[in-house]
Amino acid sequence: MELICPAGTPAAFREAVDAGADAVYCGFRDETNARNFPGLNFSREELGDAIAYARRRGAQTFVALNTFMRAGHEGLWYQAATDAVRLGADALILADFGLMAHVAETYPEQRLHVSVQASASNPDAVNFLVEAFGARRVVLPRTLTISDIARLARQIRCEIEVFVFGGLCVMAEGRCSLSSYATGKSPNMNGVCSPASHVRYRQDRGDLVSELGAYTINRFPRDEAAGYPTLCKGRFDIADARGYAFEDPVSLDVMDQIDALREAGVSALKIEGRQRGKAYVAEVVSTLRKALAATPEERRTLLARLRLLSEGQRTTSGAYEKRWR
Amino acid sequence: MEFPRPLAAPLAVVPIALIEGAVKLMFKSLLNRHPALFDRLGEHRGKRYAFCPLDLPLVFVVEPSRAAVLVTRKRAAAAADAVVEGPLFLLLALLEGRCDADALFFSRSLTVIGDMEAMLALRNALDGCEVDLPRDLGASAGPLSPLVSRTADAIRRRALAGENAAWN
Repeated sequence: MELICPAGTPAAFREAVDAGADAVYCGFRDETNARNFPGLNFSREELGDAIAYARRRGAQTFVALNTFMRAGHEGLWYQAATDAVRLGADALILADFGLMAHVAETYPEQRLHVSVQASASNPDAVNFLVEAFGARRVVLPRTLTISDIARLARQIRCEIEVFVFGGLCVMAEGRCSLSSYATGKSPNMNGVCSPASHVRYRQDRGDLVSELGAYTINRFPRDEAAGYPTLCKGRFDIADARGYAFEDPVSLDVMDQIDALREAGVSALKIEGRQRGKAYVAEVVSTLRKALAATPEERRTLLARLRLLSEGQRTTSGAYEKRWR
Repeated sequence: MEFPRPLAAPLAVVPIALIEGAVKLMFKSLLNRHPALFDRLGEHRGKRYAFCPLDLPLVFVVEPSRAAVLVTRKRAAAAADAVVEGPLFLLLALLEGRCDADALFFSRSLTVIGDMEAMLALRNALDGCEVDLPRDLGASAGPLSPLVSRTADAIRRRALAGENAAWN
């Protein structure tokens, strides 16, 4: 199975390649990708250099153009696709059907991957994208169990890539409007979830209070690990109870299930985290590369130290081992 | 690792102009080695960023637009758009991209307040550069270059031992 790794800067990109990535995914410095954060991402020149760096070392480069085009401004996305193809991207990761159609018609030879943001999770949806746009791979939403993935793999005509490590979203990828509700901006349209421009932290009697727009997201006592200031990870008072209404501030880790994922028909394992620093990228990629070649017992030891780098310093297998209805 | 108290305490009485002079020299040397350090800041280049080492009686305020750094005592209020607080050696590790800022935030080792967009831009700008303090400071130390680099490297190794900063 391939190891697909994130990079938000050229420095992180080189770290990912050097640490053993089979492919690195990245985006341009604008709203054409779902990690449109200040100071992050690649200029055209940086992407060209990165692709050349990866190619010299036998790694591939996937370019994420995985936001939904704004009506009347499609040119921004079309130009990004043109530039990514011209610079030699090995695959484009797309979510918008209109952009998929444009790429399939304009660059029929270009390898096209379906982004997790497209939320294609059943045979009809995936096979439609394969037939209509020539999609070669689908990145599955983090909503399926391993049995679901195995069933799906038998019924679709493209490769499967799944997230195995990193941040975890609520189970409405590509359709989540929580950030939009609180701030007017969303990962789907603007490439930002809980944009930093709307985030505020303050100290209150030793507690860390995080706020997003007009909403208090969480209050962390002094010794509790913190999480991201997103509504989906918010701790709220609901009736007589106080707790996490959507999900706990934890990260995904299903590296102990990679043998089962392989048997299910998965071709590629994806690490989330283009917004993370190069130290994180280097540490996670090198550890997961070792884990792929390790025995199950060795894997547990290798992965234990990564927990400290995770949101809330806790990890979960999420829906892959769903035990709820 | 905390900055040793016997070394930090005298900084409360050393003339601020002397400390600021030394810090400005190091800052200039860093910018000479990394002229693109602040390129990724974009619209946030005009902001003021304060770094407050918890184990020093000082605050460092960086103004990228003027390529300037100011040093003040902690008791004097430093005007800044964004502030980050943490142990000195972790702040230096962040400058080098040697530790992951999100992980330090999750573990509560770092505190950030103020303009988060500006702070995020600065974090990414620093992470995008390949700052190596022993190498960069040594480069402008003339004939003392090998000694400065070796000493700074030894301090860094000791300071970051056990801080999950195994990168590089």
